[in-house]
Amino acid sequence: MSHDKTMNLTLHVWRQKGPKDPGKFEVYDAKDVSPDQSFLEMLDEVNEDLIKAGKDPIAFDHDCREGICGMCSQVINGMAHGGQDRTTVCQLHMRMFKDGDTIYIEPWRARAFPVIKDLVVDRIALDTIIQAGGYTSAHTGGIADGNAILVPKPEAEYAMDAAECIGCGACVAGCPNGSAMLFTSAKVSQLAVLPQGQAEAARRVKEMTETLQECGFGNCTNHYECQAACPKGINVKFIAKLNREYLKSLF
Amino acid sequence: MSNNFQNNEYAQRDTIMQLFTSTVGRKVLMAITGQFMVLFVIVHMLGNSSIFIPGGINAYAEHLHALPPLVWAFRLVMVCVASIHILFGIQLSLENRAANAETYAVKNLKKATLASTSMLYTGLLLLAFIIYHLLHFTIRATPDIKIGVDALGRIDVFGMVTNSFSYGIITFIYIAAMVVLFLHLSHGIQSFFQTMGWNNEKTLPVFSKIGMVAAVVLLLGYASIPFVIVTGILKG
Amino acid sequence: MILDGKCPTGPIEKTWDKHRFDMKLVNPSNKRKYKILVVGTGLAGGAAAASLGELGYNVEAFCYQDSPRRAHSIAAQGGINAAKNYPNDGDSIYRLFYDTIKGGDFRAREADVWRLAQVSNNIIDQCVAQGVPFARDYAGYLDNRSFGGAQVSRTFYARGQTGQQLLLGAYSALARQIKAGTVKMFPRTEMLDLIVVDGEAKGITVRDMVTGEIRSHVGDAVVLCTGGYVNVFYLSTNAMGCSVTAAWKAHRKGAFFANPCYTQIHPTCIPQHGDKQSKLTLMSESLRNDGRCWAPKKKGEKRGPNEIPEEERDYYLERKYPSFGNLAPRDIASRAAKEQCDDDRGVGPGGRGVYLDFADSIKRLGEDTIRERYGNLFEMYEKITDENGYKVPMRIYPAPHYSMGGLWVDYNCESNVPGLFVLGEANFSVHGANRLGASALMQGLADGYFVIPYTIANYLAKTAPGKVKADNPECKKSVDDVNNNMKKLISINGKKTVSEFHRELGKIMWENVGMARSDQSCKEALKKIPVLREEFWKNVKVSGSGAQFNQDLENAGRVADFLEFAELLTRDALYRNESCGGHFRVEHQMPDGEAKRDDENFCHAAAWEFKGANAEPELHIEPLKFENVHLAIRSYK
Repeated sequence: MSHDKTMNLTLHVWRQKGPKDPGKFEVYDAKDVSPDQSFLEMLDEVNEDLIKAGKDPIAFDHDCREGICGMCSQVINGMAHGGQDRTTVCQLHMRMFKDGDTIYIEPWRARAFPVIKDLVVDRIALDTIIQAGGYTSAHTGGIADGNAILVPKPEAEYAMDAAECIGCGACVAGCPNGSAMLFTSAKVSQLAVLPQGQAEAARRVKEMTETLQECGFGNCTNHYECQAACPKGINVKFIAKLNREYLKSLF
Repeated sequence: MSNNFQNNEYAQRDTIMQLFTSTVGRKVLMAITGQFMVLFVIVHMLGNSSIFIPGGINAYAEHLHALPPLVWAFRLVMVCVASIHILFGIQLSLENRAANAETYAVKNLKKATLASTSMLYTGLLLLAFIIYHLLHFTIRATPDIKIGVDALGRIDVFGMVTNSFSYGIITFIYIAAMVVLFLHLSHGIQSFFQTMGWNNEKTLPVFSKIGMVAAVVLLLGYASIPFVIVTGILKG
Repeated sequence: MILDGKCPTGPIEKTWDKHRFDMKLVNPSNKRKYKILVVGTGLAGGAAAASLGELGYNVEAFCYQDSPRRAHSIAAQGGINAAKNYPNDGDSIYRLFYDTIKGGDFRAREADVWRLAQVSNNIIDQCVAQGVPFARDYAGYLDNRSFGGAQVSRTFYARGQTGQQLLLGAYSALARQIKAGTVKMFPRTEMLDLIVVDGEAKGITVRDMVTGEIRSHVGDAVVLCTGGYVNVFYLSTNAMGCSVTAAWKAHRKGAFFANPCYTQIHPTCIPQHGDKQSKLTLMSESLRNDGRCWAPKKKGEKRGPNEIPEEERDYYLERKYPSFGNLAPRDIASRAAKEQCDDDRGVGPGGRGVYLDFADSIKRLGEDTIRERYGNLFEMYEKITDENGYKVPMRIYPAPHYSMGGLWVDYNCESNVPGLFVLGEANFSVHGANRLGASALMQGLADGYFVIPYTIANYLAKTAPGKVKADNPECKKSVDDVNNNMKKLISINGKKTVSEFHRELGKIMWENVGMARSDQSCKEALKKIPVLREEFWKNVKVSGSGAQFNQDLENAGRVADFLEFAELLTRDALYRNESCGGHFRVEHQMPDGEAKRDDENFCHAAAWEFKGANAEPELHIEPLKFENVHLAIRSYK
């Protein structure tokens, strides 16, 4: 429900002109913030003031603003997406903060995600990983009936649990090693458990993990920080599944 | 219609090479070598505990060294295992550091632990300790070593150990090293199950607990020996 | 001019098969010589780019997001329709065809809708093969749920994220082609102009959103899959980046815009919380399967929902539409909600909301079952409103959601500009004046996987590959035009921000051309929009420069186009002097408030031709013929 009380906040926002420029924090005041506003709506207001003052507004990625497109990407007070359980930045609401709070806003930081501007990073590496094998090689057309191959409910549910990944990269941002293993494992697991994906399972896991390495992501050392950062709560059991699939693929 | 899966070179690529170069392969090697050493420290601890049986440790030491070729073969295996673990540990850590070079101004870890984030350091400390430990009780090159023969004509390991642990500083080094070992294993043991792919939602917390309990048991088991000696509970 | 939809003739069930045979083919070894530019990578664009690449065409695909996986198709929650008749409840291609025509209030082309219904089954098979984790029953068979406007269970779903899963399926197929080298992907690239050479679409001019570079890409055909335009209302369920820009630029270059007044207002959205809100969030219409809509009977009710006794609640949908009840189509459910609020019986802030109550279903099925079905929606609701939908009825209010109107296309999905194809929400073809739930996903994928691969060949076979080269003077002219437009936007340096203009435009549109329209309100809007547009070009403030990553500039361009487009939408709403589907003219209603069509005068698609930003567009008409369904009063009672 609506709250009448508004709040004032101090923002420390990472500003960086381009990938090669040094970045630094700038301090901004967010005034009269309503607790019902989303975090991005709060930033919109700050940007409106910056534009009016003739200053460069804060660049940040966002699109659907309903937590599904995976575009928004900010580390807030050291936590990817702000740390609320199963929540993207765009779904983070200001009622999570108190009047007078100081908030640090930083971009995803990882070698594989170079900063484009301010809080915007380049996540093309995640696409590259999918291109390495995150699909079944089904041709368009000429497919047997959808019910021709039965998929038991537990398998379908397991696949769906993995498939919920929105590809935002929070797992990488949260990982102390800058690894994209949770992201990769979600796709590997989804397609490894479904009969439609099993024919290519062995090659898929090898190609995708090798590409992950080539893209400059770190290695997984089982911190499980990725699961905590994931706005969809993707479970690290999928990394175990990836490891299993990898070992299976060797023999 | 090209399909990158159809003519890829993986089918021919050597499995062993993949283990040594790929991200998951090296992780598996770390896990297996690590687990091998965990088994070793468990056996080592059980052997050490013979110190609580009068004359036990001297008999244990004598039996252990009865077949020198076997001892040397085992030492060679251990050197290989440890080398793989150490070299890949360092390599992976350096890679991970490079992959996450820019750190956050504010860092707020939710799941990662002191143990999981300090594996490289605890590992290197353990390496230093192992070198010291080998110089100390195996090569017996440190000045505190006093070696004798027991009543049955065996090398008096018991006397040597109790003598060394009567020095507070040596006891401190050993107990501190065991705390480091505890940290290393509290992450390492449960990590093994994840890396080998045996985890799911249900087993993960169980394996985590098993790892923690094993690490605590090893800490107490090892640290108890210098502790009881330095406190005078066990007298030489 | 009377437009020809080029529909095949003969028995409707044979039309698509016959047409497929009649169309020309491109020889497999010639396909790679043709370059196709696909703009947008949602369901339609992603599926089209992947399928065309797989066929061997040389494809370039463009999207404004940082990855082709993020298009707003991803936000569709409820499901996708198909005439599989798995539940054995009487479904058939004919029934899906009929329901879609009727749901669209008899304002769509029969042949297009038939084809959609026919290929709907292939889509499900295709997606299953891609590894889309559709819901299954314990025996392993695909599961179905019911959706608005249908009395059969024909909706396939993947929890509350069907759009996401289907898009990721198309995205994965696209990824495979990118890897194979048949598709070249250009993310963070926005189309800002269509290049027309000798009357045919042969290229686009884009802005690289990272470097700011403006450049042209030439090809043999252009496929626009750029979604809908309801962000013209400012607050809508669309993503922030959704805009009319690509379609509008094509319109400015000669493509006709058909039925822009057909906009869908979705009934189950989370009500607005305040002025600073940037967008509205939709909750799947599937919620109406188990939720009951009601409003208090008493005007100005002050009590909380759980304190209002049963007999003082008005379950208005069940009362007004006993046979469809809470599953009445979207336009009807939305207007009914508005009626309750207009009658001073709305709830929540500003009285702009009605209740969607799950108490009965929870009593009948248990909270766990409801959680299993809609858990993510309840979670989302709680995050936004801070209220627990299991304990307190949800509050919902209609919000602009989908545009049935779009660029005019013939049966081949080709616009009146040869070589310009338009797919998915961006075209006007199959949904008539109202789209049924779970049909948008169906259309996007049908167009992308199963229509364009055939129909584009028919065009390409008649044209030599590589006719237009990059050094064509039209390319340079287009790049210069776009550059000048950017410079102009930045040079104004006025006092009002882009968002302020957008918000003002949205207010004008929502109040006058929103859920209910009248002759007077449309005229009012037609007075206000040009004034606002003029002010925009004098007083907008855009920060930064064009040669950099500049989100403010991106927005400015989009809002500038909305300011032109809004006028066309309004003009169309004024012209269409009848009520049908999502277009409700208050002058034309049944005694009980239902939409009253005027088949005698308006049984046609109205396609508008651009004649200049401040000039009146020219109207072209495509008459709609109904040979297989009877034009009837749409009834869901």
